[in-house]
Amino acid sequence: MTANSILSRPVYGTLSPQPGRNHLFVADAEGAAAILDMAKAAPKGFFADAHIIFVPGDTGAHYVEALKSLQAARFYEGPSTAAALPRLRQTLATAHMGLRIYLAGTEGLIGLAMQAAMEAGFDHASIQTEHRGSLARRIQCVHCKGITENVTTQPATCSHCGLVLLVRDHYSRRLAAFQGVCINAEDPTEIPQAEEIFR
Amino acid sequence: MGINFRKETFRDDFSFRNSPEQIRRFPFPFHEDGYMYAVNIEPHTPGPKNTVFEHLIDVDEHYVSEMEDRAQVLAEDPLRCQSLPHMTLAGWDLLELLMIQKAESYPEHFSLTRDGDKWHWVNRPLGIDDHFTFGDVSTLPYGPMEYITRQSQGDFCVLDQRDGNLWMDAGIVTTQADWSLDFDIGMNFFEWHAPVPLAHEMGIFNRALKFLTNIQQGQPARRFNWTMTINPRLDTSPENYHKWGVDRTTVTPDNVGQKVHLRVELQSFWRLPRSNALVFPIRCYLIKMDELVTSPKWARRFHRVLRDLPNELAEYKGLTRYRQTVVEWLSQYDDGAPTSSGFGPD
Repeated sequence: MTANSILSRPVYGTLSPQPGRNHLFVADAEGAAAILDMAKAAPKGFFADAHIIFVPGDTGAHYVEALKSLQAARFYEGPSTAAALPRLRQTLATAHMGLRIYLAGTEGLIGLAMQAAMEAGFDHASIQTEHRGSLARRIQCVHCKGITENVTTQPATCSHCGLVLLVRDHYSRRLAAFQGVCINAEDPTEIPQAEEIFR
Repeated sequence: MGINFRKETFRDDFSFRNSPEQIRRFPFPFHEDGYMYAVNIEPHTPGPKNTVFEHLIDVDEHYVSEMEDRAQVLAEDPLRCQSLPHMTLAGWDLLELLMIQKAESYPEHFSLTRDGDKWHWVNRPLGIDDHFTFGDVSTLPYGPMEYITRQSQGDFCVLDQRDGNLWMDAGIVTTQADWSLDFDIGMNFFEWHAPVPLAHEMGIFNRALKFLTNIQQGQPARRFNWTMTINPRLDTSPENYHKWGVDRTTVTPDNVGQKVHLRVELQSFWRLPRSNALVFPIRCYLIKMDELVTSPKWARRFHRVLRDLPNELAEYKGLTRYRQTVVEWLSQYDDGAPTSSGFGPD
């Protein structure tokens, strides 16, 4: 899905049960299926010390019962990623040694949860990730610094300053965003047709 | 004899130009009639008089005006200078390095007096006379990295070394060739170089990283990089690309000589003593095509380099729109005669 890209682009894997005392899952939409697939390989009682933070998005109720049936110690269903982040940050701030983190779903969700974990002192390389679902991108406009969420087109319009942006593969984990650079700076009369390519 | 600092601008009316002496000391980066990536790192040792290598930290006639341009950039966009919290010690290391180098190389312009941690710094060209306590951030008007790099030509990247990699964890970047510190801060060596074409596949970055992580204190190294800039603009940042990008469409056969500049980066690499960080000063030198062709060898050679540059590199460097115009203009200075080897004018 994300092959043939550049070295700043995150590489996602497949979730697998890790040795640890507690397990924190953060997922959105089809990311739920990654947790359910991993659960098939998990040892008995694995979810007894787990906390699942799930944002269904446009999958609605489709995965909720299946996730609940894993009987995690804590299950939270959030209305949006933004709404779930304060809870995630508190969980990370009060975590103990031995916590393992698993992120699954869209790149935007993985990036934002990764950012919160890094800010709490976790090494990004210790975090399991699996990409599922939409390829929509979160981009930072290099000009005005505004973040535009859920970008599916190339080029894209900055939702803050209105410049038409080339969406690059260059990615910042710190910002949890791809870089957007004005595509027609050299000749503003060139307005390239936007194509939907990050679905 | 002191340096005669020019009063000039790198924006708006673009009054920047090089004196004849400054043209002769320009660090022309091509040792042969072609260019391809190479690691091309060599020891950074003092060189001959009247070259940019005479002193390890070069101060030239553009110093005062470049520092004014930097102050303007920072006033408009303070995110051009950032330092992650663990990099303050490296900032002190850098302040020490630059103050000592400047004071030793240019005693008529700079002086440093140290009594334990009580330091007294005098920068005559910029009219600065400050007493401060080394290691105590509260005794300076800025953090140590920002304080000293507001007084030093060139961009500065301060890199933390850990996990066998280098991390872009602090820097001041106001004269960059189109990359964003704000976006790249916190990235490792491979990540911040990710957009560079061809070089990864050639193994350039693996070899460069191996070399850089082994740099020892007191044994700095250097390399060149280059691009071209339309108008003598220092701030060719991606942040402002939507403002300056249009310059690239303004090149005509009549204005090549004054408008088109070869932009040379002299990058040097230094190990810092307390923090074990590395600092990369990236010093930018600009020369107009009219100034460049005052050296017949440089004119011939640059014509050949630009003419034969692989398209992918020309695209990456942003030369595509005006390259042909410049190549044709330069061709009038290339009689096909052989050029002597090495960097210097003849």
